Amino acid sequence: MTRDRLTNIISSVYAVLIFGFIFLPVIVLVLFSFQDGRLPVPPFNGFSLQWYEAVFADRKLMSALLHSFLVATLSSFLACLLGFLAAYALARFKLPGSAWQRGLLIAPMTVSYLIIALGLLTVLNVLGIGLSLWTVSIGHVVINLPLCFAIIYSSMGDHHINIERAARDLGASDIKVMALVTAPMLLPSLLASFFLSMTFSWDEFIIAFLLSRFDVTLPVEIWSLLRSGLNPKTNAIGSLVFLVSATLLVVLELFLFGRTKKS
Amino acid sequence: MTAPVSIENATKTFGSFTALDAVSLDINAGEFIVLLGPSGCGKTTLLSILGGFLSPTTGRIAIGGKEMTNVPPAKRPTTTMFQDYALFPHMKLKDNVGFGLRMRGVAKAEREERAKGFLDLVGLKSSADKKPHELSGGQRQRVALARALAVDPDVLLLDEPLGALDLKLRRQMQDELKAIQKRVGTTFVHVTHDQEEAMAIADRIVVMNQGKIEDVGPPSEIYMRPRSLFAAGFMGEVNFIPGTISDVNSSQAIVETRLGKVALPKTCFTAAMPSVGQTTTLCIRPEHFRRAGEGDGAVTALGHAAVASSAFFGTHYRCHLRPASAPETSIVAHMPQSAAVMEGQAVTIAVNVGDIVALPSKQA
Amino acid sequence: MAAYSLEDAERRKAWGFVAPALVWTIVFFVAPFLFMVAMSLWAQQGGSIVHVWNFGNYIAFFEKDALFRGLTNSLEITAIVTVLSILLAYPLAWIIAEQVPQKYQRTALILAILPFWTSYVVRSYSWLLVLSRNGVINQTLMNMGVISEPLELASNRTATVIGFVHFFVMLLTLTIYANLVQLSPNYRRAAADLGANAFQTFWHVILPLTMPGIMTGAFLTFVLCIGDYVTPQILGGNNELVLPQIIMLQLGRRADFPMAAALSIILMLAVTAAYIACARWLKIERA
Repeated sequence: MTRDRLTNIISSVYAVLIFGFIFLPVIVLVLFSFQDGRLPVPPFNGFSLQWYEAVFADRKLMSALLHSFLVATLSSFLACLLGFLAAYALARFKLPGSAWQRGLLIAPMTVSYLIIALGLLTVLNVLGIGLSLWTVSIGHVVINLPLCFAIIYSSMGDHHINIERAARDLGASDIKVMALVTAPMLLPSLLASFFLSMTFSWDEFIIAFLLSRFDVTLPVEIWSLLRSGLNPKTNAIGSLVFLVSATLLVVLELFLFGRTKKS
Repeated sequence: MTAPVSIENATKTFGSFTALDAVSLDINAGEFIVLLGPSGCGKTTLLSILGGFLSPTTGRIAIGGKEMTNVPPAKRPTTTMFQDYALFPHMKLKDNVGFGLRMRGVAKAEREERAKGFLDLVGLKSSADKKPHELSGGQRQRVALARALAVDPDVLLLDEPLGALDLKLRRQMQDELKAIQKRVGTTFVHVTHDQEEAMAIADRIVVMNQGKIEDVGPPSEIYMRPRSLFAAGFMGEVNFIPGTISDVNSSQAIVETRLGKVALPKTCFTAAMPSVGQTTTLCIRPEHFRRAGEGDGAVTALGHAAVASSAFFGTHYRCHLRPASAPETSIVAHMPQSAAVMEGQAVTIAVNVGDIVALPSKQA
Repeated sequence: MAAYSLEDAERRKAWGFVAPALVWTIVFFVAPFLFMVAMSLWAQQGGSIVHVWNFGNYIAFFEKDALFRGLTNSLEITAIVTVLSILLAYPLAWIIAEQVPQKYQRTALILAILPFWTSYVVRSYSWLLVLSRNGVINQTLMNMGVISEPLELASNRTATVIGFVHFFVMLLTLTIYANLVQLSPNYRRAAADLGANAFQTFWHVILPLTMPGIMTGAFLTFVLCIGDYVTPQILGGNNELVLPQIIMLQLGRRADFPMAAALSIILMLAVTAAYIACARWLKIERA
């Protein structure tokens, strides 16, 4: 009894300390985004929405936001599509050297983003191809494709094969089988890999930084904001991004992951 | 070593659900007792209570005469063989088996010696340095047994250990479990839902249903002389024939059934003594039916019947009979291999009254 | 024998499905990587690249102290961060898996990793708000009268480590928790049944069985930490640069692609060494 009580007390103290450590920067970030003053540090002068107004008024920031969204959506969609097709091929058919193929497709996950970015940059430089959001998207597909492939591949169990065979038996063409039978069965992992890719792409810095020029994504724009030192405007955009992502996560958790857990 | 187990009025409730209802049982030291019943009957709950993983809501448990109701598993003289074996995957077999000894502070050299001894008992001495994932299901189960026995418990608890094995392996393991138990003399409490398994290995069977004990006894007694309708039905195929007691004298009772009048010796009434006017259910096993004129001993004719269908089972014909006096009833009977039974055939059936068991009918 | 069979048609279809992904990976990952290897063996002179094969860049790495120290700084920081993060994350994962009631565990876990969803750049910046000379910690301590001069908490290695640990504690909590939670409860019961107390059960059974979760997290931590540019750049100051920062410097003013490429290859080798060590360890554990 006493030992249980002691464990509970120590656990609670530790949990409070660690959660405090984990949330400290976030709390400081959000709190001082409402700072009525020039510096996002104590003392907290008062509650003001001026910095949020400044964020929405900042055209470069807003267009960076849009760019991030476009790049994330496009690259995630492409990564999921390519990953799905590859997973389908390798899980359902016997191809020679499939172990090598799987290894190749997963390889980019083990390489630092910096190196992937540098590789692409070098090649683009030599070929004289200009940097743009397209080149950023290409880079993001490279980092997200392995993830999508791995998630979808590992969820293609053998028990699905007979369902697909039944569909084919009843006259469905390959495309129809894939679109009407396989994809819906794999919906949870398709959505999971899409969501994860969006998250990674949305927040990704180094590839976006090195492979873009005039049109940039949000992390890159925030980086330039940092040049002006501690600025509540940075707090504001950071808090916005955080609140939107966190809300999205909660919503998804309640409706998507929560439901799959029940089934 | 070994010890007797005493369960007094154990009840276990989970919220509004009663898993065990005032169960009392005395297990003798060195006995191989089997808790038998369908899922949800409370057998696993009872086993968990014996092992110390659950506490009874009310009631007492004593092992070897000592009060054990709320003693944690580590301090009880019991060990459990889990359904999924729960072998520590990161340890070699000898370390798995020696784990309990290590917890008791036994030195390494002696520990390994004794562990190998127990692995030898289950026939796996040469695999002492292997890891669990290198073994088959049947082998893993033997290691789990060795590990449980290595700490010399008074009572070994087995939680449906043979469920994951195929038929042939299961029969083999049943024999081995029985042999090992005789060798070490420990009290074994074995949980299963398979009545054939129970009959193969038990010294006594405890039939359970919905948290209560339906019947206790050696396999032959429970099969031939069940004391509840549930036990009768669970132990094997049985025909339930309702009737009413019309007359009782010093040695017999007359029961009127749709198949005719039957004079039953009082020994047929296993649960309660007969009284006039009582409704009773006659339990007759398929293999107890005889064709009139055949068989040995005193048989009572039960009238004519037509063979509605039959299937050849190798050792016998399993037939559905439609009695002439009660055509809406169907009786399952086993006819001998040589009978050459055909559908539509008319037979006269009879039964040796000594084989009949009469039990009080369930209240509707 | 028929030259064309059902299997052939199937196989051709399969190649068609897997080809796009393979082609993408080869064109946009493998080829640039190989090109970078080639680039690392060239040299940059006077603004243009000289296509003469030589190991000059690699030699310079071993000779120039500033360059070599980049790698050692990276390795030291990464090692400290990995160990600290494991030590801090394991108890948290354990608490969520063991002490928190089942139905709140998901919520607790999500709370523990929620700050993941601040932008990575913004997260490091937030630590600047906390650690800098006029930041939250210094102001609070000065207001309480504990110190009279602000502490130099930012723009040094400590700040970088704090920034990293903050991120990787969350990651490791996730991987260790996932491992803990899928352990069969019968392991614990069996250990208790055989006489082990709570500590013995943890030390002999639970901890070894959660090694995969720890090692996965540790490996991810190593790879992500050693290749990160953002956190050291924001929090690390100008004195002890890590390898990614030095790589970026080569790109910046001097546009020395060959050197940048060479340093990247070296970084990659460090990661590969870690990967091999990890795979070896896993094989040893398996066998």
